[in-house]
Amino acid sequence: MEVLKIFLTPDFWSSAIRLMTPLMLAALGGIICERAGILNMALEGQILMGAFFAYLGSYLTQNVWLGLVIAMIGSMSLAVIHAFMSINVKVNQVVVALGLNTLAIGITSTIFRFMFGTDSQMANCPGFKAIHIPGLSDIPFIGPVLFGQYPLTYIALLALFGISWFLFHTSRGLELRAAGENPQALDVAGVDVIRIRWLAVLVTGAFCGLAGACLTLNGLNTFYDNISSGRGYIAYAAIVFGKWNPMGTTLATLLFGAGDALQLRMQAMNFNIPYYFYLMMPYLITFLALVFFMGPSKGPAASNVPFVKDKARSSKRRPKQTSGIGGK
Amino acid sequence: MTPVLSVRNITKRFGTNTANDHVTFDLYPGEVHSLLGENGAGKSTLMNVIYGVYGADEGEIFVNGKRAEIASPKEAIGLGIGMVHQHFMLIPAFTVAENIVLGMKKELRLDMKQVEAQILEASQKYDLHVDPHALVSTLSVGEQQRVEILKVLFRGAKILILDEPTAVLTPQETEELFKILRNLKKDGVSVIFISHKLNEVLSISDRVSILRRGKITNCFDDLSQCDPQVLASAMVGYQVRLGVDKAEQEPGETVLEVRDLRVDDERKRPIIKDFNLSVRAGEIVGLAGVDGNGQSELIKGIAGLMPLSGGKVVLCGQEMNGKPPRAFIDAGLGHIPEDRHRQGLVLSMSVLENLFLETIQDKPYSKAHVLQKKAITEKAKELVEFNDIRTASLDLEAGALSGGNQQKIIVGRILDQEPKLLIAAHPTRGLDIGATEFVHRCILKARERGCAVLLVSTELDEILALSDRVAVIYEGECMGVVPQAQATKNAIGLLMAGVKNKEASGTAAS
Repeated sequence: MEVLKIFLTPDFWSSAIRLMTPLMLAALGGIICERAGILNMALEGQILMGAFFAYLGSYLTQNVWLGLVIAMIGSMSLAVIHAFMSINVKVNQVVVALGLNTLAIGITSTIFRFMFGTDSQMANCPGFKAIHIPGLSDIPFIGPVLFGQYPLTYIALLALFGISWFLFHTSRGLELRAAGENPQALDVAGVDVIRIRWLAVLVTGAFCGLAGACLTLNGLNTFYDNISSGRGYIAYAAIVFGKWNPMGTTLATLLFGAGDALQLRMQAMNFNIPYYFYLMMPYLITFLALVFFMGPSKGPAASNVPFVKDKARSSKRRPKQTSGIGGK
Repeated sequence: MTPVLSVRNITKRFGTNTANDHVTFDLYPGEVHSLLGENGAGKSTLMNVIYGVYGADEGEIFVNGKRAEIASPKEAIGLGIGMVHQHFMLIPAFTVAENIVLGMKKELRLDMKQVEAQILEASQKYDLHVDPHALVSTLSVGEQQRVEILKVLFRGAKILILDEPTAVLTPQETEELFKILRNLKKDGVSVIFISHKLNEVLSISDRVSILRRGKITNCFDDLSQCDPQVLASAMVGYQVRLGVDKAEQEPGETVLEVRDLRVDDERKRPIIKDFNLSVRAGEIVGLAGVDGNGQSELIKGIAGLMPLSGGKVVLCGQEMNGKPPRAFIDAGLGHIPEDRHRQGLVLSMSVLENLFLETIQDKPYSKAHVLQKKAITEKAKELVEFNDIRTASLDLEAGALSGGNQQKIIVGRILDQEPKLLIAAHPTRGLDIGATEFVHRCILKARERGCAVLLVSTELDEILALSDRVAVIYEGECMGVVPQAQATKNAIGLLMAGVKNKEASGTAAS
């Protein structure tokens, strides 16, 4: 079986990790937001913003690290709207997110055309180079898989440990989780729920900026319309699949990354199957994973529930005359 | 002696409604001062003002003789005020220790081992036994309340506000709570105890203040002169007589027979497990139990509102399994639902329309699907007058009425159909004393007429006063059925906590 041999090559795993990096960054960021009680379906739009502004920033400044900073600012600008609408205005969080995802497509495509015209002539920007960690990257198999990656992959790994520690071993992490489970209890404990939720949404935005930068600055070094192509939704699925746990979520993104790497290799093997089927694989894996392996999963209890300070007392109904039967 | 807490002339308005009207209230060190009042009298509002959840419109609060500005719960906690809310402010997915330490630590690092040790120490000091490592979702209600109290004390509270703490407890758990409170008093903790249960208030309090329509109307400093009658009259503002008159009556044939009933929830988990119960004509069977032990599912199963996964329901000799709710009504079921806002009424529709929810399709109110306005209006007027429903007009939105008058709409229209079986689920929950009396009279009248009544309530006093037999539900199982003569508070309380004693199970078989 030629297909099975793929799994034994370090090259396959190396590319699986490269492909999972944007998903992992977005999903880890999304966990913060979800744990604080804000349903974040807007990862998709924020990744797209990050991808575009990473490209734009890197192109204009001719510095890839400045591009990364601008990517984070770009995606956080979308997060600001998300936070304001879902925390302060208390609009339905799914509706806000869907609106923002559409908005992101509009913003990025419009500015892209405005600045670079409609011709297909690609203007390249500076991109990241893979870093081979001296010594470690010489270990057989493990070396090229783990220690010959792009910088953003290392950042993602640091974020995994950082976020796990933050959520489960710090006071602020406990408060953040409480905001997602029972904001009223947190409020009564004297902690500002609104502030925590705002910060959480902004941090998620920053992570999506990094995720977006993976798409444009890791070798591609350019941008095209809707480059995120549903990765935000896959990242969201990974959060659910990983049961809102950073480690579990990371493993879920590895599954999707491996699926992506596999389909790329299978395309190259020239089976007599239209290549669209291969392109479909990561999405199909997402779907099948959620349907068959998930079972009922329970997220933060107060996710998608806006925090209203005096919620304990429901507002009294105002008297009103009705005009039903018997009405004059 | 200076009071630890002194509230002076507090006024709080919501729109045009004055919830607290120049309330003045003192709490001395080491005392339990109860605040007694009907629903909507302003008890919770006052406590939320003291705890900084609401800002007061007028008035001042002094803590230990010093004027205090309490703008948020954080400041209240800083002043040593702690509140245990009626609905617990706990996070089920967190451990006891995590719940207690939440919001307390300034520093970033959180060493749970150290926190758990500190909590264990405090729990021993106050005699509040909880396992710091346990998940809150695995604790009983009584244990959760202990966590809440410990949480407050752990923050150094010297003033403890308990908002209806006994509403969710069995009589034994209530006794345990009172023991804890008496211990705390010795340590110099002062307690504000909010309740509408007169006997409990008398047994735990040093002083009682009565709040009526937002004003403090009485303050009883010497409780040796007091009995429930006096307090109840003070609460409502006119002379009331507590207790019900019930004539001896021989029950007739079996109207409701529930055999090995099983009901599952949406996730296919069994809620009601092999439940057996029968109710005879002219008999009231009380179903006692702590809230959330499957009462809702049992009622819905019996009323045909939820599919059964096993067993049968026989109503007046007819097997009802699988029949639609309408068939249950036609067979003689009258159902006063547990949630009058969601199941009993359509709040945005008029009082008149709400009086005909079950009967609108019947003659003479409707002929060939055309509504007969004249017949409807006449009947509505009759019902409103007969049941003393106080409404400005028949066209007023039902949601605009007080809880008592809303319940009278439901009770009135159900009993007017002379059901053979009446299910009364928490029929007096949230009602004032006057409306409660009315509902009790209606239920007793139905019994005299020969109606079989299944009374579901979490208020043990109500069950014991009305029932001929008392059944107890615990975790979806029938713990036993006890005749009224043997139904003491203690015996029922044990069954409510899931303790089966031989006596009770012996009578269950008979």
